[in-house]
Amino acid sequence: MKPRHLMLLALPLVLVIALPMLMVVATMPTYGEVNPTFNYVIEHYNAHALEETGATNVVTGIILDYRAYDTLIETTVLFTGTIGVLLALKSVPRRRGDLSGRRHNP
Amino acid sequence: MDDDIILNEVATRVVPMICLFGVYIIFNGHLSPGGGFAGGTVIGVAMVLFSLVFGLRATFAMVPENLLILLTSLGPLWYAVTGLVGVFRGVGFLANANAGINLGAPGSLFSAGLIPVITFGVGISVAITVTILFVILVEAD
Repeated sequence: MKPRHLMLLALPLVLVIALPMLMVVATMPTYGEVNPTFNYVIEHYNAHALEETGATNVVTGIILDYRAYDTLIETTVLFTGTIGVLLALKSVPRRRGDLSGRRHNP
Repeated sequence: MDDDIILNEVATRVVPMICLFGVYIIFNGHLSPGGGFAGGTVIGVAMVLFSLVFGLRATFAMVPENLLILLTSLGPLWYAVTGLVGVFRGVGFLANANAGINLGAPGSLFSAGLIPVITFGVGISVAITVTILFVILVEAD
């Protein structure tokens, strides 16, 4: 396929991805607006974080108790980054019978 | 770099302090501002300072490279295994108070149930990541 055709293919893809994002942005409250639909979570956390998590630091209570999944995946992001760097930069010593022809640093 | 007396003496005294401060931040994450990410970064920076001053050879003499690579997976593993406590108690994954764990007195060091345990895992993960990224990038240079 020519690059020109690929660009034509990319246009609907961008539309499919961008339209839902723009729709989400459209539903966001305007800055400074006091809309109870978007504020009840904050109020619940402020009022009940200490008794429900036992942590006096409310931020820790949120990220490690209410949003523990999020932090778990965040930790795996760090892990993935480390593995990527190791795969890219760390050469594994190959066995003698390996015929792949790749050179490696001793 | 072994011949710089000022650098050697300062680093010898400062690196343990930085490590201790990092451990303090990690274990007070549920009491005061801080936590696993901040404390882990502080410990990782102490390791970066150590390897900058004393060289990669001394760093690998302290923490072997294979051990460092092995420890990469310890943080997420620790976190996930801690999350299984809730599963074995019959409630959701990563449950804390719902799993019937005693939260303790708020403000004391041993409070907030599983949060300090999880913070420890996050701290290990971040510290090892900062260390290994620096060490591997320098080594590959």
